[in-house]
Amino acid sequence: MTVSHEVLAAPAPRMARHIDWSWAPRGILLGLLAFAIFGPLANLLLWAVAESWYFPHTFPISYGFSYWAKVFAPRGGAVDALLTSVGVAALTVALSLALAIPAGYALARLKLPFRALILLALLIPNAFPNLPIYVNLARIFYELDLNGTVLGVVLVHTSHGLVYAVWIGTAAFAAVDNELSEAARTVGAGAFRAFLDVDLPLAAPGLLASAIFVFLESLDEFTGTYFVGAPDVNTLPLLLYTAGAGGNYQIASITALVLLAPSIAFMFVVERFLRADVLAKIGR
Amino acid sequence: MPPKAPRNFLGLVLIAPALAVVVLLFLIPLCEAVLGAFRTDAGFGLENVSKTYALYSRDIAFTFVIIALSALLIALISVLFSGYLTLGTNARAVALLRWLYRWPLFVPFIVVGQILRTFLAKNGLMNNLIVSTGAVSPMDTIGFLDWRGVVIAFVWKQVPFVTLLLAGAMASLDRGTIEAARNLGASRIRLLLEIVLPQVASTLMVALTLSVVTMMSVLSVPLMLNPHSPTMITVNMAFRINAYGDYGVANVLGLVSFAITGLVAWIYLRATLKENIR
Repeated sequence: MTVSHEVLAAPAPRMARHIDWSWAPRGILLGLLAFAIFGPLANLLLWAVAESWYFPHTFPISYGFSYWAKVFAPRGGAVDALLTSVGVAALTVALSLALAIPAGYALARLKLPFRALILLALLIPNAFPNLPIYVNLARIFYELDLNGTVLGVVLVHTSHGLVYAVWIGTAAFAAVDNELSEAARTVGAGAFRAFLDVDLPLAAPGLLASAIFVFLESLDEFTGTYFVGAPDVNTLPLLLYTAGAGGNYQIASITALVLLAPSIAFMFVVERFLRADVLAKIGR
Repeated sequence: MPPKAPRNFLGLVLIAPALAVVVLLFLIPLCEAVLGAFRTDAGFGLENVSKTYALYSRDIAFTFVIIALSALLIALISVLFSGYLTLGTNARAVALLRWLYRWPLFVPFIVVGQILRTFLAKNGLMNNLIVSTGAVSPMDTIGFLDWRGVVIAFVWKQVPFVTLLLAGAMASLDRGTIEAARNLGASRIRLLLEIVLPQVASTLMVALTLSVVTMMSVLSVPLMLNPHSPTMITVNMAFRINAYGDYGVANVLGLVSFAITGLVAWIYLRATLKENIR
């Protein structure tokens, strides 16, 4: 017994020395990775505060916030685009949750015929490249006078966000202990009462996570808005694209930064909302 | 327990609105795309297909190569990253990598397009930094704003996604086999390739399939980084519609993009079927 113990323990010190020895290449690789990830992001920050920057200067020649004033001036268009974007995203979340909460509850709790088939049907839109779909949707919307309207854009964003909302919503309801709502039912609550007072509050963190996710997807969506909304519904991504295409890199970078901030913030809080027990039930 | 039939009915009522949205906003446009590809002035025919072939066969090949190359690089880098996250023995380096790799995950594609456009340009920050080290003269720099920019953008954005899924799958593997092989003296590369990777192959294929669908859906990145011919068929689709209102050719290109993603899905399905039979 003691012999085998020694044999097992023997490689450990050798490994420790090996690690010290190889820190240099590891450091270089991690440094290169950090450059590949933060280089472009730093570049964005520099452009956002650059007053003038041209060849052959490595860094901006002068810094300042005059472009910020220009972007957020009443005629700069950014405030309008921001309000449109946030409005569209909020409506998309409302519509997606209105569809996903009943659907998620039914998929998680009720005996459904063809349950697997229904889950699959809700997943299929994500298995196809959506550009050809949006192109034809725009054509249909044009005939229905929905092209260039906020409602049209909200519908497109919902068709994209619904999949996530339903799948995460189903997982959120599945993670709630069924016995709690059964208990509420035995003390006299109706099915709807039990849903409203027990299931819904307990599933709320997961639903909130899906809401944030749908909100961000809508905020960042470009392709669908480009075909269905432009030029009447001008969201931040469209503003960014037009500014960049026109060579206004400061304006494009400031818009990009406004889009980036909520996404990065979400990255840091997502784990707090999406608990492991919910994550484990996604797609089940 | 209430009787079964009404419960079934209630479930279907609750789920109907969501399904209706999928039918109206996805299935109908999808049918339109398929029909539209073969609709010509003289009824249904293959006119759009031959026109697309004449105009865009080079761009279709270009798209295929870009997607294949990107998927290959994404798979390679993600396997290395997730492998290191799982098998790495230095806690500090693993923690650093775990903190680093996720950042691009939540950066929207439109923002990726914009930051790489300014970063990779001939006079962009990357070349400026290389020039300032004295390695290259300002006149000899090369811009990456062509197919390379598109590949870099796809890899930059998708590696964190695939790594996240792979590292998750690897973390839930049975540590016993891994430790046993390690104690028998297997190197970490062999551990990764022969023990860990085969067990998470289906996760890798799912993640790659989703990545290919994403890459075939993104209009902003090729539009911003590589707008000139040869370019991705996503750009061509937008061009056919905005410039000519030519839905026929655009829809044929749409079918081509379905075919490319279908090919990846087919490879994945074949692999899982084989695994299930075994």
